[in-house]
Amino acid sequence: MAAINHKTLREDEFFFGHKACAGCGASLVLRHVLKILGPNAVSVLPAGCMSAVGFNFPNLAFQNNSMISPFAATAPVMSGIRAGFDMRKKRGDKIPDDFCVVGFAGDGATADIGLAALSGAIDRDDNLLYICYDNEAYMNTGVQKSSLTPFGAKTTNTPVGTQIQGALSNKKNMFEIVAAHNISYAATASIGYLPDFLKKVAKAKDMPGTRYIHVIAPCPTGWGHADKDTINFAKAIVDCGLWYLAEYEAGDYKISRRPKEFGSIKDYLHSQSRFRALDDAAIAHIEAERDAKWAYIDTHWS
Amino acid sequence: MPRKFLSGDEAVAEGIRLAQPDVISAYPITPQTVTVERLSEFVANGELESHYMYVESEHSALAAAIGVSAAGARAFTATSSQGLLYMAECLTYASGGRFPIVMMNANRATALPWNIYGDQRDSIALLDHGWIQAYAEDAQEALDLCLMAYKIAEHPDVLTPFMINLDGFALTHTFESVDVPDNKDALDFVGRYEAFNCFSFDEPKNIGYSAGPAYNKYFKYDEHLGMNCALKVIDEVERDFEARFGRSYPGALESYHMEDTELCILTLGSISGLVRECVDIARERGIKLGLVKLRYLRPLPSGQLAQALAGIKALCVLEKDISFGAEGTVFTNIKSVLYDYKIELECFNVIAGLGGDDILPQDIKQIVNTLVDISHNKPYKRLQFLGIDTLQEG
Ligand SMILES: Cc1ncc(C[n+]2csc(CCOP(=O)(O)OP(=O)(O)O)c2C)c(N)n1
Ligand code: SF4
Ligand SMILES: [Mg+2]
Repeated sequence: MAAINHKTLREDEFFFGHKACAGCGASLVLRHVLKILGPNAVSVLPAGCMSAVGFNFPNLAFQNNSMISPFAATAPVMSGIRAGFDMRKKRGDKIPDDFCVVGFAGDGATADIGLAALSGAIDRDDNLLYICYDNEAYMNTGVQKSSLTPFGAKTTNTPVGTQIQGALSNKKNMFEIVAAHNISYAATASIGYLPDFLKKVAKAKDMPGTRYIHVIAPCPTGWGHADKDTINFAKAIVDCGLWYLAEYEAGDYKISRRPKEFGSIKDYLHSQSRFRALDDAAIAHIEAERDAKWAYIDTHWS
Repeated sequence: MPRKFLSGDEAVAEGIRLAQPDVISAYPITPQTVTVERLSEFVANGELESHYMYVESEHSALAAAIGVSAAGARAFTATSSQGLLYMAECLTYASGGRFPIVMMNANRATALPWNIYGDQRDSIALLDHGWIQAYAEDAQEALDLCLMAYKIAEHPDVLTPFMINLDGFALTHTFESVDVPDNKDALDFVGRYEAFNCFSFDEPKNIGYSAGPAYNKYFKYDEHLGMNCALKVIDEVERDFEARFGRSYPGALESYHMEDTELCILTLGSISGLVRECVDIARERGIKLGLVKLRYLRPLPSGQLAQALAGIKALCVLEKDISFGAEGTVFTNIKSVLYDYKIELECFNVIAGLGGDDILPQDIKQIVNTLVDISHNKPYKRLQFLGIDTLQEG
């Protein structure tokens, strides 16, 4: 396959006319992934922003076969679709060879309510491409904390109070949780580094077994930044070292991009309203966590 | 037709083997487990060409079945009690999405107190989730229902998922000699699933979406029509079944000695067998007693019920569930039919068999005595928990 970049990406659109907010990072994820997978993609979307903005009968925004799944059940609905088509093919029905079952699930749908179900699919090594678009909170219900909400973030149920300020727990490490299943392929990405993301999707497209890609997708509404800055924040989170671009394949972790020097965490945080209340001590804590993580990555991953 | 000595669970496994679903996704729970064990053996031995999917929960079992159906393939799953409640969310996705999935449910009590034995509180609690609900009396009926279920559920005018209920232990774990149809005859009868409510690569579709206040009601109305239509289709499928296999099923309910009767016990599931015997004994004593066995609770065969119950004096609805603070749900349903059809009779409700409690011949005898008393204008209580309070007033 020709290298995927903005020149080789197909012109036709598979996700448009939806009701996402201006500057929505998640909608860019869907739009680009579907351009790579093409018309024979079958997409599954659990409850969450992308199903809410894409499936408003009679305004149905997907040009490819697509359906809503129960919130907790992205992976098993995908497994069912895959198994159903595979069996039909076995019985002689005409099913295109290149059809790909893809899931687009939020951080809540993936790391919280749907985690056991995702684990089950990876355990079976079902032939699926699971994309977690991570906007770091339950956005569709009005920005509540998920287990992928980072430490210190203000959400509507982790307010900045006099006793407690923002979320208290650290972001769960989904990439390594998934990798610990010995999955066929897992990767992290950010829509701020689109060529890297697209390359990983294109690579995952034709692999067998379960593939998981975790992509950071800023949400201006929930993060509190201007809608024109979505891509800037998706870059900045990688540049300041709070998110890393990596792959896991055949038992090995590989870092895709090692910033030579980290950008300012404080700038990244304080330019979003969800982190505005963080004081220097909290920021120092976040920096220490980042440094510890990178020390581990630098010594353990190639 | 070869006969096999099978438990209820095994009869379902045989029936499903014959119906050849494309994908089986299931999770173990007593007293359903034997069914999915047998099916895994059939698949492992090449006797059934299905994909057997090991899911990590019942919620995922039914979610996977929904995916299978959306892909235009035939799906089967099985569960019981806590498992059925655990998948409850997916029940409405399946029915609302019009996915004709077939599921076996081994009726079992619901916690707490924890109890693995049979009653019907699990399925009846989910009566309004848009599934056809059938209740088998014996292993033969369970097997036959498996074959008929797909034909009914997949009928283009019905497109409604189908729950086959078997009383836990009383039916799932007791053995009978069962006629097992020939593979080819069975498949000729069931046919392959000709799906149209599914994805297509020629004309891609969005299925399973949201529909706001302006549209929602049309989807729900259509669901109601589909369920109602099942009554007619059940009848047609049973006629076809009889023509091919010789066993006759007279519609969504079965009447026994209801032609010339004054008194009636209405029930469902495996307890019907005992009641039928008690009808015979009562008739020997000159008591005009009949039985109505409801094979289908959804769709509710209102017209057939009205026909069966018209003209009798007293009715007992015997059921293994209770809607706390009200009465048995079957009783409520039956009373609504009596009201609609302006049938006047005395009726009462016996709640029995909870948590697998035995219902004995003398219990039925006591019900019969009460029916006789009532027909002689004696006062009575509307609701009784068998073995706890008495039917007689005062
Ligand atoms: C079983 C269930 N529980 C709760 C909800 C309510 N709900 C719908 S979307 C959502 C948040 C989804 O968050 P996430 O997965 O991160 O996706 P996002 O909305 O951020 O895109 C919640 C809690 C639901 N639909 N189903
Ligand atoms: S709330 Fe955020 S994730 Fe949801 S549609 Fe708006 S920008 Fe996208
Ligand atoms: Mg989210």
